[in-house]
Amino acid sequence: MSYKIYEINEDLLDVMPQEIRDLQFRATWGNPKRGVMDLPYSKELIEEHSLCAGCPESMALRYILASLPNPEDTIIINSTGCTSLVFPHIALHTVHSLFGNQNAVASGIKRVLEWRFPDKVKDVVVLAGDGATVDIGLDCTLQSFFRQEKITTICFDNEVYANTGGQESGLTVKGHVFKMAPKGKQWDKVPFWQIAIDSGCHYVARLTVSSPKRVETVIKKAIYVAREVGPTYVHLYTPCILEIGLNSDDGLDEMRQRDKERFAFFEYVSEPAKEVIERKKEEGLL
Amino acid sequence: MQTATEAVIYNKAGQRIVSPDYLLFEAPRTKHFMTGSEAVKEAVKRASVDASVSYPITPQSEAAHLIGELWVEGYVGVYFRGESEFGVMSEIAGCAMAGARTITTTSGPGTLRAFENFPMWAGTRIPVQLVLMARGVNSPLSIQPDNLEVGFLLDTGCMIWYAENAQDLFDMILAGFTVAEQPDVHVPVITVVDGFFVSHTREAVMLPPDDIALPPYNPYKAPMPVIDAEVPPGRFLRDPFVMKSNYISYATHASWQWEVRSAIERSRPYAKHYLRGLIEEFGDPSAELVFVACGTAAAQAKEAVRLLEEEGIRARVVKLKTIRPFPIEELKQAVKGAKYIFVPEFNVVGWLEREVRRYLYGHSEAEVIGAPRVAGGMTMPAEVIVKEVLKLTGKEVKHVI
Ligand SMILES: Cc1ncc(C[n+]2csc(CCOP(=O)(O)OP(=O)(O)O)c2C)c(N)n1
Ligand code: SF4
Repeated sequence: MSYKIYEINEDLLDVMPQEIRDLQFRATWGNPKRGVMDLPYSKELIEEHSLCAGCPESMALRYILASLPNPEDTIIINSTGCTSLVFPHIALHTVHSLFGNQNAVASGIKRVLEWRFPDKVKDVVVLAGDGATVDIGLDCTLQSFFRQEKITTICFDNEVYANTGGQESGLTVKGHVFKMAPKGKQWDKVPFWQIAIDSGCHYVARLTVSSPKRVETVIKKAIYVAREVGPTYVHLYTPCILEIGLNSDDGLDEMRQRDKERFAFFEYVSEPAKEVIERKKEEGLL
Repeated sequence: MQTATEAVIYNKAGQRIVSPDYLLFEAPRTKHFMTGSEAVKEAVKRASVDASVSYPITPQSEAAHLIGELWVEGYVGVYFRGESEFGVMSEIAGCAMAGARTITTTSGPGTLRAFENFPMWAGTRIPVQLVLMARGVNSPLSIQPDNLEVGFLLDTGCMIWYAENAQDLFDMILAGFTVAEQPDVHVPVITVVDGFFVSHTREAVMLPPDDIALPPYNPYKAPMPVIDAEVPPGRFLRDPFVMKSNYISYATHASWQWEVRSAIERSRPYAKHYLRGLIEEFGDPSAELVFVACGTAAAQAKEAVRLLEEEGIRARVVKLKTIRPFPIEELKQAVKGAKYIFVPEFNVVGWLEREVRRYLYGHSEAEVIGAPRVAGGMTMPAEVIVKEVLKLTGKEVKHVI
């Protein structure tokens, strides 16, 4: 798609809402070097949202949307959960279809777009919670890795099913008492980043969203590698401040804390992925 | 016939594009001897299909294999095996949202495993085609013919068509895409056929040549934006996200559901044209004894009509080709003057009987008899149908069953 498609008919300029005008005059379409540093000066691809005040998921979404190298040709697939409340506010093609089938829907979309537009780059990015990615959707997530689908999967790990009121998930840490785990979670947190590597992902990263610049680099690497090589996976800690009883302004501290332990930055790069990343660095895109 | 100034258009597979009317009604046809599964392949071959995703389950696996062969031969753009029926129907949704003419096949338990997807398909207004080769649902484990699953599908917001034999199936698959993709319809179509009885039985099928095909799908005519980033995105999801708790969102959700149902209603004139009517009648038009049936139950009822003739009983069959939309007016007309309506079915609950009663309530004096009913793979010999009728009329049952 040409970003020019956003240009508003001159006769209508004065009646268009400001947010639409901003998309034409202050958005960052068509610039693969766009990034989180543009956020204060440019139009974000997300409007106000209905997540809890201070929810780290909202920060994560802002950083990710600012980091897409090719937003004008990017499609984001979502699943049911807190994130799905944000999707109607995103100025991109987005799909929410069911709970847990995000990687399957994305596989269909990616394959058809590759077939319909063989000469264009169309990035397909999956973005869903830990329940959607690792519990109910585990089958679809893993099988899309096995099949080497050229999509980027991003998991917002808040270590809980937040949207349904705080139930334990496969990614809750052992011993933690949540609803439906009234005696405390009985087994260990699933190391999904490792499973993603073993299942065929070519770029895998685990991190919190405490550092916007680091999120940007990881997202760009994941998308460039998926575009050329195969599946990539990004595991982000986005704590549910509501369910762990923190104030709206505590999210950042919580993440900085975890940066030193179970979400210490970790990155895996396959051989073919290394080549892509090196090339993108040389091109000044990373 | 091509005029001198007309350009000949070919699809990606190199087949000449013709109108659906030409393909279905005018093109010369030749006789072939094939199974229902092979008829699916022949239809897909002439349908300019873009994408198909598959998963094995008896008795539809063969049809899915054959679509894979078409992919190798270049007739289908995208083809792969998904992880499960839930995954497949989700992948199918993705393919269709991305602008592909999409088809898949399944049976029995696969249908139920995939279930959450069908109302999602309808709600996202994708004109996907599912060829459902109906089969028993566990437990106990069964791979045998039975169409109980169709009863579950009736109110998913998908169109439901029912083929009697391989010929019907071939024609319905082509008509199915044509009707489902009308901009004012644009909902999924589930084309049902009885597993084994049709999928695995060889019969004569009249086929148009295979170097002509339907016009390719044009996703830009869809009533919902195609998810290909070629048009500016609206600030909405593919399915408008309306789960906020307020009156407007309730009303939006409710009206969307009505809109999907209305879309099915709007398919009537198209289906009527491309299927040559929503019902088919057989037998003595003045007979007071009427069988209302679909699929192979209709075929068996036709045989029963012949046997009853020998008994001196006049009877007729009203075969329903579409269940959604239900051919309400056609059925009312067709059963005028009927005294007894028998609804023979291949399932234990009698979902078609329920439908017939519901739509005829207050419109017909006839007694509706939900029999005979077989399930679990049992066949329905014409004699079983005859026996039901003879029981009613108090006649001696001569046929040995
Ligand atoms: C088939 C199905 N089962 C259950 C639900 C209910 N449900 C909605 S959101 C959700 C939890 C989402 O958790 P997660 O993916 O971790 O995302 P979060 O809300 O924590 O961001 C559940 C169980 C559903 N929508 N569909
Ligand atoms: S419930 Fe938790 S994860 Fe969901 S929006 Fe609120 S803080 Fe964020």
